[in-house]
Amino acid sequence: MRRVLIANRGEIAVRIIRAARDLGVETVAVHSTADAGALHVQLADEAVEIGPPPATRSYLDVAAMIDAARATGADAVHPGYGFLAEREDFARACEDAGLGFVGPSAQHIALMGDKATARETARRAGVPTIPGSQAPVSGPDEATTVAEEVGYPVAVKAAGGGGGRGIRIVDDEAALRHDLPLAAQEAGRAFGDSRVYIERFIAPARHVEVQVLGDGARAIHLYERDCSLQRRRQKVIEETPAPGLPAATREAMCAAAVALCDAVGYRSAGTVEFLVDAAATSFFFMEMNTRIQVEHPITEIACGVDLIAEQLRIAAGEPLELAQDAIVPRGCAMELRLTAEDPERDFQPSPGTVTAVSLPAGPWVRVDTWVQPGTVVPPFYDSLLGKIVVWGEDRDRAIARGRRALRELSVEGVTTSAAMLGAVLDAPWFTGGELHTGALEEWLKATPV
Amino acid sequence: MTRHEVVTPVPGVFYRRSDPQSAPFKSDGDEVRDGDTIAVVEIMKNFQAVESDAAGRLVEFLVENEDAVSAGQPVAVIEVDG
Repeated sequence: MRRVLIANRGEIAVRIIRAARDLGVETVAVHSTADAGALHVQLADEAVEIGPPPATRSYLDVAAMIDAARATGADAVHPGYGFLAEREDFARACEDAGLGFVGPSAQHIALMGDKATARETARRAGVPTIPGSQAPVSGPDEATTVAEEVGYPVAVKAAGGGGGRGIRIVDDEAALRHDLPLAAQEAGRAFGDSRVYIERFIAPARHVEVQVLGDGARAIHLYERDCSLQRRRQKVIEETPAPGLPAATREAMCAAAVALCDAVGYRSAGTVEFLVDAAATSFFFMEMNTRIQVEHPITEIACGVDLIAEQLRIAAGEPLELAQDAIVPRGCAMELRLTAEDPERDFQPSPGTVTAVSLPAGPWVRVDTWVQPGTVVPPFYDSLLGKIVVWGEDRDRAIARGRRALRELSVEGVTTSAAMLGAVLDAPWFTGGELHTGALEEWLKATPV
Repeated sequence: MTRHEVVTPVPGVFYRRSDPQSAPFKSDGDEVRDGDTIAVVEIMKNFQAVESDAAGRLVEFLVENEDAVSAGQPVAVIEVDG
């Protein structure tokens, strides 16, 4: 691998450029006309304009990406996260064009992208799955039979859905019979696939995920991340280790993630997401993300591994050098996602031009951002401005460093979520580690920032 | 008859339908009431309605579906009664 094209924007494009440069690999940035002055464009060895602002005509344009890679002599493509990262057709287009895709095979993207197939693959690999129909249900009679077996409430989920979309919770048989055709219809409209399946609904629950790396022949895990702190199913603060997770649960969960990778011969970085019950003793497979995650830096800090560099090496055909027993996480790492949203106005998006910015620094504070004075934050893409990643010998000290970092942070020109992040770090339920996927929204409802 | 321009309150990507399979909110020549949604604008992955602030007949849209729009940009023309 000599030259990698980064099919993304924002902080992750900057992050990938840095990893590539560490390895001596040249970088090609792509950008829409809205991002012409963005940091990733400035930092890359070469930059190509790929289209107008709407993502469908730029960052989601497969042909434009392949053309840009060809025109700049790139021999590999890193998709980042979001946009084309989990699109089977993009991975295949790269493969067909003779470009190394920095990610798993198109076949594995497709396998894990179909929720029902992914679940069945996990079940066969011995990974616990949420009790429910093994496959999409044929109709209301099969659905109610399954629901009786697993117990109400149940979730009706779209086979082609994901990221929390296409889910209906029903409390009894009448509601299930009423909602099932509607769920199928909705799924067909939203995902082009009207198949739905039935699962037990587990609440309150925690969202804990395991980072994996595989080279096709061997896979390892890099422990877990607790991502329970969410607003509208978007993660807000992530941390590792998951607070209060019993050692036996952690061990079994990490082993299950590796078993899944081994079962398919997974190649690249990936994340296996689990739902953990309130007692933190049972865990269930949710899905596997076949890409790098936004929150990957907390694993990097705790484990001392550059995950993007590992992705690039694996894509270049090198075997995984890391041994499982070399991965020894230290202390507590926490990520605070800074977004261009106004917590005082119901998280109204706040695009605009950053006029001044002062970023936190100092011991055990890492900031992954694309924002600098003069950065235009366009309205067309997600609202992530950056990630403030802190480490501490234990959770309390990581939280204290998070508070210190936020005190040093100032961004002018756009409104940010910083005030909300600071309030969470001070909230007793958070410092007490009482995390579940509904915790943040319940607190925000009761405690306006 | 006076011509009234409806503007989008937020910048982003302009859509004439709620999803690709649905019919457009409004078509040329449709009757429009004050407060009717005539389009949505996607801003940072959120969708915000563009509502008409006048009643009358929709004459034309000034931007294409999936075009980028800026805050305060006129997006449609309404022929206001009276």
